[in-house]
Amino acid sequence: MTEYEIDLGNLMAFDSHHNFASPPSSREELVKATLEHGTKLVQAVADALFDLPSTEDLDGPIVQLPHQQQQNCPEQSLYGYLWTTKTLFICSQLPKPKPPTRWELFAQKKGIQKRKKDKIVFDEQTGTWKRRHGYDRVNDDKDVPIIEAKMDEDPGEDPFAKRQKEKKNRVEKQEKNRLKNLKQAAKVGALPSHVQLAATALPITGTQAAPRKVSKDELQNVAGMAANATASGGKFDKKLPGEKPPKHDKKYRKFLPVVEGSGMGSLEKQQTDKVLNKLMSKNSHEILNVEKAINMYKVKEEKKRRNQKGNQSSNGSKLKTNKKSFKKTPKKGSPPPQVKGNQNEISLLLFLILS
Amino acid sequence: MMMKIRTPSKGRIRRELEKRAPKLVETGKKTLILHGTKTSNVLNAILSQIHHLKRNDSVRFTRKNDIKPFESSGETSLEFFSVKTDCSIFVLGSHSKKRPNNLVFGRTYDHHIYDLVEVGVENFKSTESFSYDKKLTPHVASKPFFAFIGEGFESVEELKHLKEVLLDLFRGEVVTNMNLAGLDRVYVCTAVSSNRVFFTHCAMRLKKSGTIVPRMELVEVGPSMDLVIRRHRLPDDSLKKEAMKQAPESTKKKVKNVTKDAIEGKIGKIYIPNQMVGSVPLPNKAKGLKRERREAKMKGEGSKPAEKKQKQDSD
Repeated sequence: MTEYEIDLGNLMAFDSHHNFASPPSSREELVKATLEHGTKLVQAVADALFDLPSTEDLDGPIVQLPHQQQQNCPEQSLYGYLWTTKTLFICSQLPKPKPPTRWELFAQKKGIQKRKKDKIVFDEQTGTWKRRHGYDRVNDDKDVPIIEAKMDEDPGEDPFAKRQKEKKNRVEKQEKNRLKNLKQAAKVGALPSHVQLAATALPITGTQAAPRKVSKDELQNVAGMAANATASGGKFDKKLPGEKPPKHDKKYRKFLPVVEGSGMGSLEKQQTDKVLNKLMSKNSHEILNVEKAINMYKVKEEKKRRNQKGNQSSNGSKLKTNKKSFKKTPKKGSPPPQVKGNQNEISLLLFLILS
Repeated sequence: MMMKIRTPSKGRIRRELEKRAPKLVETGKKTLILHGTKTSNVLNAILSQIHHLKRNDSVRFTRKNDIKPFESSGETSLEFFSVKTDCSIFVLGSHSKKRPNNLVFGRTYDHHIYDLVEVGVENFKSTESFSYDKKLTPHVASKPFFAFIGEGFESVEELKHLKEVLLDLFRGEVVTNMNLAGLDRVYVCTAVSSNRVFFTHCAMRLKKSGTIVPRMELVEVGPSMDLVIRRHRLPDDSLKKEAMKQAPESTKKKVKNVTKDAIEGKIGKIYIPNQMVGSVPLPNKAKGLKRERREAKMKGEGSKPAEKKQKQDSD
């Protein structure tokens, strides 16, 4: 049996001795020779693979592949060289161990050991089981309705506010400690993957407030303004590639012509008309009695028709229209009673507006 | 300097970041498939089929990119893409007069270019042009076999490099446990001459042979092509040394009270604390206790309160 290099971790077989005595003349020959030899190699891998101890599973026999690091050096075996390539590298740096926090160092020095605590604790105040931390927790300050005053306390001070403040300070202190520890970890390069440390101020000025994020538009505007800040208003300056004229976000104020006339001159009239119309249409439902207007319109129509009837003889088509009007009469019904009282005033108003 | 701790507000993002963080044991690399400024039909087919072969762990960009990895400062955008997509292998196809049907395989370490191999593709045959029993079609993301044939893969540096890259590109997920029933594909590479490799993808048929080991039969399913080596760039020695670092094997804790014997196998010692049988409450009223009561009656003096007390004790 010829010896092949077999890498079980990657299911790879390599024949380093094979050499084409004469290069294959045609493509078919090459493919055939390759497949033939490939089958041999694959068989060699399979021989080694099926030889491994396997456990039966529902889906089929499961084999444990040799660990990558266990077989770094070539090892003589039944099937030739059995080894695992170490040539395949990792794609990122190895994670670094996290340095201990200040507390961890202290605990180690003092010999304080971590111990597990129950998540739920019996609360003696209420006589129930409650969470140790978080909402509705055991010994919550919020559950204490009365704090007894002590002799040495300042009577003007609100003990509840004081307690709240103290707690806030404690939380802030812890946050500071956390940041300190994370900085230490960042120095070694062992920051947890989801944590980022972001600078909130420039190192030189040391401003307290976090810098606001400037949008692209704002930057463009400022750049445009700066470019225009010359005696000529930036007229003779060279424009940079991609530079745009500064945007003017606000509206320009427009003045209407003072003198009245046609075209532009009548704009003022139109404007006032528009305002008036808007005002009226807003309140039109109070002014216009639709019911009555329809009634009036109907009466007028009726009169017209009667006059026409006197002139003309009846037609087939007329009959139809009659029918229609007949149908509509029950639909109309009586006008709503609450409007009745106003009708006189409304019609008067209507008259005024229409004139 | 003032600092602020920033953590993602959503769990999904945190999980995604954790996935991308460096790991002690890596299970696989994602592949990025890119098109250069100009690609031919052959290249389009190759890139889409490579993407198809690696469907579970590849990202494909279909827009044109002006990337020339071998030229100076040609890596910047590649490195950027590598960070964005979390891919550490890339395949770039480009077509030009000087280098027709050009494929560049490259790998990154820590999102920086590690090595590059450039090959020209000739005699490409796509999957569609092969006729075979469709039942044999390999499953998605099944673990492939590899067969490298030819002296060239050891003696010629370029081919040796190409072998390594091809293996890294197609090997799929790194596994420790494997189902033998799921083996169905082989990549066969033959070194035809010192700069030419015949690459083909075959399906595998496991036939009964009478022994535990089945008889293997290869059926070409494509794609198949000739890869002609053009340019290549090996990694720096220092970078290579760093990249090859393996995680120190976790030192196993000594397990107490367990010994292994060649004949008897695993032997464990068990220590049982004092059972305190006398003080243990009984789960049910045993008959034996009743007899005790009877005995007390037999004695005659058995006064009732005393009896009760005894009962309570026994409970």
